[in-house]
Amino acid sequence: MHPVRRQRLVLVVFVVLFSSAAIGLVLYALRGNINLFYPPSEVAAGLAPVGKPLRVGGMVEKGSIVRDDSSLRVSFRLTDYQSSVDVVYVGILPDLFDEDEGAVAAGKLNANGVLEATEVLAKHDENYMPPEVAEALKASGHDIKGKPI
Amino acid sequence: MIPEIGHFVLIVALCLAVLLTVVPMWGAWAGNARAMRLAPGLAIGILVFVAISYICLTWAFLQDDFTVKVVAGNSNSLLPVMYKFSAVWGNHEGSLILWILILASWTAAVAVFSRELPLIMLARVLSVMGAIGVGFMSFSLFTSNAFERLLPVAPLDGNDLNPLLQDPGLIIHPPLLYMGYVGFSVAFAFAIAALLGGRLDASWARWSRPWTNVAWAFLTLGIMLGSWWAYYELGWGGWWFWDPVENASFMPWLAGTALVHSLAVTEKRGLFKSWTVLLAIFAFSLSLLGTFLVRSGVLTSVHAFATDPERGLFILIFLAIVVGSSLVLYALRAPSVSSRVRFEWLSRESLLLYNNVVFLVATLTVLFGTLFPLLVDALGQGKVSVGPPYFNAVFVPLMALLAPVMGFGPTSRWKRDSWSRWQVRLAPAAIAAVACGITLPLLNAPYNIWVAIAVLLAAWLLFGLLQDIWLRMRTAKTAWAGLRRLTPSYWGMVLAHLGFAACIVGVVATSQYAIEHDLKMQPGDSRELAGYEFRFMSVAQVPGPNYVADEARFEVWRNGELLTRLAPQKRRYLASGQVMTEAAIDAGVFRDLFVAMGEPVGVEGAWAIRLHYKPMIRWMWFGAIMMAAGGFATVLDRRYRRQRVSDPAAASPGLAHGV
Repeated sequence: MHPVRRQRLVLVVFVVLFSSAAIGLVLYALRGNINLFYPPSEVAAGLAPVGKPLRVGGMVEKGSIVRDDSSLRVSFRLTDYQSSVDVVYVGILPDLFDEDEGAVAAGKLNANGVLEATEVLAKHDENYMPPEVAEALKASGHDIKGKPI
Repeated sequence: MIPEIGHFVLIVALCLAVLLTVVPMWGAWAGNARAMRLAPGLAIGILVFVAISYICLTWAFLQDDFTVKVVAGNSNSLLPVMYKFSAVWGNHEGSLILWILILASWTAAVAVFSRELPLIMLARVLSVMGAIGVGFMSFSLFTSNAFERLLPVAPLDGNDLNPLLQDPGLIIHPPLLYMGYVGFSVAFAFAIAALLGGRLDASWARWSRPWTNVAWAFLTLGIMLGSWWAYYELGWGGWWFWDPVENASFMPWLAGTALVHSLAVTEKRGLFKSWTVLLAIFAFSLSLLGTFLVRSGVLTSVHAFATDPERGLFILIFLAIVVGSSLVLYALRAPSVSSRVRFEWLSRESLLLYNNVVFLVATLTVLFGTLFPLLVDALGQGKVSVGPPYFNAVFVPLMALLAPVMGFGPTSRWKRDSWSRWQVRLAPAAIAAVACGITLPLLNAPYNIWVAIAVLLAAWLLFGLLQDIWLRMRTAKTAWAGLRRLTPSYWGMVLAHLGFAACIVGVVATSQYAIEHDLKMQPGDSRELAGYEFRFMSVAQVPGPNYVADEARFEVWRNGELLTRLAPQKRRYLASGQVMTEAAIDAGVFRDLFVAMGEPVGVEGAWAIRLHYKPMIRWMWFGAIMMAAGGFATVLDRRYRRQRVSDPAAASPGLAHGV
């Protein structure tokens, strides 16, 4: 074979091997690390799997935030004004987490339908709302301030 | 009146940019030297008008002109003056004006510093940059007018700047980041101009290289500042979240790193030409993609501005035009510029090729992880998010694959090298690296295998470089003469590679050894963490210029001695009522102590408190600064200043018909 062609062939083989290894790595890493988003009404309807990593987003229900006196445990409810999901979280909540504000909780549902969150995200700007939450609210006929449309 | 002037001069700048796009390009095509000579003047004219426009907007902020919509939305009469300056780019519309200003500056810089370029090349480069300017100026004027008034009913006071952005780090983070993003437009313009002229040679690479290195260095600094800001301002003590917007700045950096290395091969050996061009297109397209991701709000991110779909669509169309047309041009022209130079498998060319493959794969995996949620959503499979574990799982092994080869790089020869030569040259470095990898982690029990690997790799880079420096200078009479023999671009490479080594150690040591405690504490409590005793003394109310804060007073004791006092704050900003955490950090070369307040919990004045012990975290940012310094150092190289027209025929417009 012509030396230039041989060099190209080796190069192509190397690139193919390397990228297949990378794709394998990507697929392996994706398997356990993607979280599906569920609006509260889908969770209430039993559409969300138990024990799998997922995210639930909605408005924090007024008067639902309960803090434990002796630890950093806190519980609250996320709602899309049709159904709501109980969430428990141990740790420090983001600064803009508040009742009647949008939030997304990531974690796993336990057998009682309570989301055991490992991460809670709130908006970080007055006018911003995570798109999933905005859509979930829209689906239940509310705008991002929680007012009926 | 002032805002109207700002608006008007921006329109003038847009008209000039249209001229810059059309006239010199036509001149290059028709061989009209007069048309081509207009390009530098137009480029400088655009800068002047854009600068006036920018100053007008800044003036509106400084004067608290709340009839201007962006000022009313992002400033406040109580805002400290320093932040009124930075509030200009703390919002979508204003940051776009900054973007345009920086683009105009880069364009004018090319016009001023590249006088030695053949006229036809300069005309084409400036013309391409003018076209990019047209895109962004129309984006600003048609979808995001920064000078819009709120008349007749203007608010008495503004909404205030988002408190997260009221921070010194955020004053310089966006300008540096944009310098990097936009800087890649120069590399892009050079690539397109070269494709148009069909002249992809070593001199093209030599012209384009210093610009690319500087843009890359700015981007490095910008990303580093962003990470540093996230660390102390977001109050979580994290420094990288693989957030879509972080990825948006990281992808051009990865592609840019590949480009910087591939340009080296193109300049020195005339190889990988079409590949280099493709990388230049790729790096700039990723910058645009990053802009799209940040501005369109299609992805959930802690960074996203409040957005509107029209803007996203505009950038998407612009991106499609830029990528589409440059790829078509590439497809038409690239085959004619392929090279016929050979190299052996053990050579510097192959090592740099390896670098390119690794960085490209890294870029693509990050790109894939970032866009995967969009893909799944578009297929109607629900809304997913890809978390940091994915990125860590794919990215960390790739970087680990890079480091061993980096040790060989500097000492390797172009064209052909041999394994036995490497063995002789690098054996001492390898032995020293293994010794360090085994012994250094022993200083911090328990022994951690990941830290050991990181130290091994970093030491391998360090000793490989030291060995190489020594080999290069040993034939000189004195050590000083030997060191002087090394060029600035060599020192730039050394700095950047050492910076990478420092980053490896910093990232791995922080991730492995960090201790993070979130707990409930009340005044009088104390808690030990990694040998440091944190005593919670008291909580006090502290007034600020535009906020009131609860301040927790901590004393940190070690071995019975008072080490430092830390005072984290929980601020409540008056205008917006927004609450913000201000972490207190005791920074050190080998460890950071980090205290942040959560919320008040329970009774008796207790607070949720975050205590973090972060070893070696500074090494990461210090490493990034070294990388950037390396990028800047290369520009000092004399060969970039002695640019002569290597081929006088190319300078004459008569050759333009070759287009």
